[in-house]
Amino acid sequence: MDGNRRYAKKKNLEEGAGHKAGFTSLMSMLKYCYELGVKYATVYAFSIDNFKRKPEEVQTVMDLMQEKIEGLLKEESIVNQYGIRVYFIGNLNLLNEPVRVAAENAMRATAKNTKCALLICVAYTSTDEIVHAVQESCLDKWEAKASNGVENDKKGEIQEVNGVEREEKHEEHRAIQLVDIEKHLYMSVAPDPDILIRTSGETRLSNFLLWQSSNTLLCCPRALWPEIGLWHLVWAILNFQRNYSYLEKKKKQL
Amino acid sequence: MLSLTYFPLSPPPPLLLRRTTTTAPTPRPSRPLRATARNIAIEEEKDDAVVVRGRRVGEDPPLPAGLRREAMPGHVAVIMDGNRRWARMRGLPAVSGYEAGLRALKGMVEMCCRWGVRVLTVFAFSSDNWLRPKVQVGFLMRLLEGGMKDELNNFMKDNIRFSCIGDSSKLPDQLKELITYAEERTNHNSGLQLIVAVSYSGKHDIVQACQSIALKVKDDVIEPEDINEFLIEQELQTNCTDIPNPDLLIRTSGELRVSNFLLWQLAYTELYFTNSHWPDFGETEFVMALQSFQQRQRRYGKRDS
Repeated sequence: MDGNRRYAKKKNLEEGAGHKAGFTSLMSMLKYCYELGVKYATVYAFSIDNFKRKPEEVQTVMDLMQEKIEGLLKEESIVNQYGIRVYFIGNLNLLNEPVRVAAENAMRATAKNTKCALLICVAYTSTDEIVHAVQESCLDKWEAKASNGVENDKKGEIQEVNGVEREEKHEEHRAIQLVDIEKHLYMSVAPDPDILIRTSGETRLSNFLLWQSSNTLLCCPRALWPEIGLWHLVWAILNFQRNYSYLEKKKKQL
Repeated sequence: MLSLTYFPLSPPPPLLLRRTTTTAPTPRPSRPLRATARNIAIEEEKDDAVVVRGRRVGEDPPLPAGLRREAMPGHVAVIMDGNRRWARMRGLPAVSGYEAGLRALKGMVEMCCRWGVRVLTVFAFSSDNWLRPKVQVGFLMRLLEGGMKDELNNFMKDNIRFSCIGDSSKLPDQLKELITYAEERTNHNSGLQLIVAVSYSGKHDIVQACQSIALKVKDDVIEPEDINEFLIEQELQTNCTDIPNPDLLIRTSGELRVSNFLLWQLAYTELYFTNSHWPDFGETEFVMALQSFQQRQRRYGKRDS
């Protein structure tokens, strides 16, 4: 959702007004998506890199997020309108407590919704997500090894006698597989995205969904995020549908 | 580029200068002349050169119009897509497309050498491409082998360092041996580093890096909580270069996706997509990609400065 600050500058608005306009755009775009039958929508709300911005700006965005997250739980909100399950994706420990608590409440409150999903990436980068997944995979294997420790010792003795201890170590070394990492990614709650839209004309991923976007159609409209409209979404979907059969074939191959 | 007429008595201002044929020559400092014609030619050539920031402009080949040397990408990556479509459009077999693609690659290497790009990584063969018809795969393997044999002397002549990334276990033995030989032979070359991704998968690259790290955890060299992005980067196959992350990725043939190429490394890479098919990607197209790159503002998540 790139371009909020440039939008505020362009319209001579005060600081923070661009992000508010961006939130309005977000609500519209989500409605269009869910009306069109899209099941999963993921948005890049706040990157770990964004913590490097001026503290006042970070605080403004955090305050806005807290306000809007709490707003999601109100009766008239989009969440209830469309039966959306909300996930907060990222290293939530990096958030200040009020925002983190609001996020956890929202996830708990919407856990029973099944019609569609909204994934909000906060304190997120793809590389951080992968690091976390590797740490969890190692801890998993470590715990499995520790709980099987007695058995393994016995096996170890037998294998030394049989001279295949080296092979067993080799197999353990290969223990972390692609499925282990995928299982522990924050984004494992949703399938890979079909379309990735980045506004404001910048054509880069900025550490967003690197693992998941391998075969995703990338769309980079020039419009700033608060300027985005239904036609941008429709254009992206039309392009996606043109390539659909080829992309489905690729997915099956993988 | 500035073209100035300056007078012999005043020194040239410290700007980028390009001498034109109409400007007055600077006075030659007196120095003892040597007898041989060759030395006189060298002296004349040296005296004609314009010195800027301690470097003779003549030593750096000029960049095409509109490109700034200080804003050239250090590492360019390319997904060389569209060879078969190029051939189909001309009523040629796919193999002709691949051969034309190889010619375009040679041109790209030459341009990168000329314009000071330090690393060029090309996606020659994806791990997904093993699923293509066996005849095509066989041809591609032979083309890679032939291309490398033909170019090895040029790599030495042009000071190009050759590296290969990908899962080599599936490659024919002869190609594997040739790759190892080429890497060893060119290892000390200090010009352009050409990285060819063969049987490569971005996801597999990350997985094998994680497996290496898991081994260290298992051997108690590190704790799980010590794992960080830096450790993973050191284990990725792009650790064969000092600039592992591309500044610019070019994908030809109009496809708007990264297709499992350098997933981790592309975090902040500027992406450039063009409808040209790879065999048609020449100097004009590369200059357009570089111009697009040089106009971009790279903020890495921070505020505009």
